[in-house]
Amino acid sequence: MLGREEIERKKIKEEGTTVIETGNHAVSLAAKFARADVVAAYPITPQTQIVEEIAKFVENGEMNAKFIRVESEHSAMAACIGASATGARAFTATSSQGLLLMHEMLFAAGGYRLPIVMANVNRSLFPPWNILVEHSDSLAQRDTGWIQFYCASNQEVFDTTIQAFKIAEEVNLPAMVNLEGFIMSHTHMPIELPMQDAVDRFLPRREHLWKLDVDNPGTFGSMSNPEYYVLMRKGIEDAMKEARTKILDVNTEFEREFGRKYEPIECYKCEDAETVIFAMGTIGKESKRAVDELRNEGVKAGVARIRLFRPFPEESIKSIAEGKKIIIFDRDCSFGKGGVLSTEIRSVLDKPASSYVVGIGGLDVPYTTIKKCVERANGQKDEWITEVHP
Amino acid sequence: MKMEDIPKEELVLSGHSACQGCPLTTAMRTVLKALGKRTIMAIPACCSAVIQGMYPNSGVNIPLLNVPFETTAAVCSGIEAGLATQGIDDVNVLGWAGDGGTYDIGIQALSGAAERGANFLYVCYNNEMYSNTGVQRSGATPKHAWTTTTWKGKEEERKDMPSIMVAHNIPYVATASISHPIDLYEKVTKAKSIKGTKYIEILAPCPPGWRFDYSKTIEVAKLAVQTRAWNLYEVENGKYRINATIRRPKPIEDYLKLQQRFKDAVKDTEKVREMQANVDARWQWLEKMVEITN
Repeated sequence: MLGREEIERKKIKEEGTTVIETGNHAVSLAAKFARADVVAAYPITPQTQIVEEIAKFVENGEMNAKFIRVESEHSAMAACIGASATGARAFTATSSQGLLLMHEMLFAAGGYRLPIVMANVNRSLFPPWNILVEHSDSLAQRDTGWIQFYCASNQEVFDTTIQAFKIAEEVNLPAMVNLEGFIMSHTHMPIELPMQDAVDRFLPRREHLWKLDVDNPGTFGSMSNPEYYVLMRKGIEDAMKEARTKILDVNTEFEREFGRKYEPIECYKCEDAETVIFAMGTIGKESKRAVDELRNEGVKAGVARIRLFRPFPEESIKSIAEGKKIIIFDRDCSFGKGGVLSTEIRSVLDKPASSYVVGIGGLDVPYTTIKKCVERANGQKDEWITEVHP
Repeated sequence: MKMEDIPKEELVLSGHSACQGCPLTTAMRTVLKALGKRTIMAIPACCSAVIQGMYPNSGVNIPLLNVPFETTAAVCSGIEAGLATQGIDDVNVLGWAGDGGTYDIGIQALSGAAERGANFLYVCYNNEMYSNTGVQRSGATPKHAWTTTTWKGKEEERKDMPSIMVAHNIPYVATASISHPIDLYEKVTKAKSIKGTKYIEILAPCPPGWRFDYSKTIEVAKLAVQTRAWNLYEVENGKYRINATIRRPKPIEDYLKLQQRFKDAVKDTEKVREMQANVDARWQWLEKMVEITN
């Protein structure tokens, strides 16, 4: 007789269903539905459940993949690179220190133009030890040539991971899907799972830009003069540009197949707003409540949750911000400069904005705090909020 | 087997940019002849990354991926898995790294891959230093050798990397030398037929790094074996076997005095005596290992 879990799994396979799952398991399920061929990963809190579940899928035959239990995150990305270089679909997941250890290899994956997909569970950085959410880990990977998404619900994590494979393979760039430690990774939310054949239709096998092939031997990554090097690096930038439109196309196709869609920026009551909040991840979601409360008090507020950080959606930000008072929330800090997101947004605005650094080390950011920050915004630059109820 | 039996087809092509007298092209040429065309190779930062030539040209006629310094074995794990998921099971995966990339910065990835039993051949061409960056000390540099980071001679003994690999319980570990190409060819051929992680370490005397004449590469490599400074042996499933039995070893001085890197050491009789004693002890240890494991 089948256990409850097995019945559930069987049902998913046959008809698509809604499950109540954690953000971590949303990632594992997405990697399975996307038919990743090789998964190389290393445990780290709060990501570990992702790879535990994938290990289970592979061992019980639900997932036809090779799972490489590497000895470090650095080797996880190295193994993903090796696998992807043979034309296989490679996936990994990490968090925080693990992502930092991978840093060198992230540049390598971007430079090789390999469509590796990775989930990163956002977590604070050592020292001191803290395992709660912060965006500093992934924002420190800003310049590595990876497409970066930031999610705010488990459904979005699942859908974005599926989309990430398609986008990555179409523009030949690696893609990172970020979800927040504990707030999402360990929180159960409903996830509508698709039918496998619909995912297969959406995500057909695609030849990579190049591969290691004994019948067509080539040398990759060898010494290059500046004249060639510059062209290869420009190729990464051009692919990022191409990704801007591809991401929209893939989203349209996704909506047609699955009925859900995700713009690079999710707007809530922005059209008639006089004040617009910019934020990423769950603070963007929490801000909706703040917006509703503010509107009850006669403040016409809206929130623009940035989902796509690389390529940076500059034009959309400009048009959303036009004629509005801007308030930016960063859950990260570039010491000596301030919030990374605020720095990026300010670079495309031609007017002043207010910005706050909030939620560092997982410090709770309730809507009341967001509301208070909006109320007293007067052009401050990256003011640190160091209390839950300031 | 005779030299004539080694395949004529060259997979390391002419036009590469190695120094004259470079041992590693000799080594790579022999290894690739034994592995054949259906081989994928990963090379980290090392002399081989330069010698293969500048993009868009290549001196290597098999698929070759250049990888970051410490990742050779991890990348090979990924290549192996990637091929396996596509049903490709007749391609050899070769990690080709220097001693810096093996003994030092790459040891973690290599240890991990070996422990997982990744199915690939790892070749360390050991020139006993960081030669690509200009002769710096590595974990493979012998005691008393001059390098540009040990101006007065290295103070420590080198690590015993082959033993470290044996301790991983992998099916095949061997040492080889460019002066013994048939032995090397046969070892690679044997490794090719074994499933799992295989490790072969090739002594590669480097003329500019060890400071000897460019015409003497093979002579120095041969002397290393004849003086027992470098022993040719293999460990198959834990069983040790000596491949070149040196009955009447030449004195270690014969080997040292050809190399300017030991020019201060050879003047010190105490140091020479110490090095001779080490070499003798190593041979005794090796004979003991053969006895114990067979």
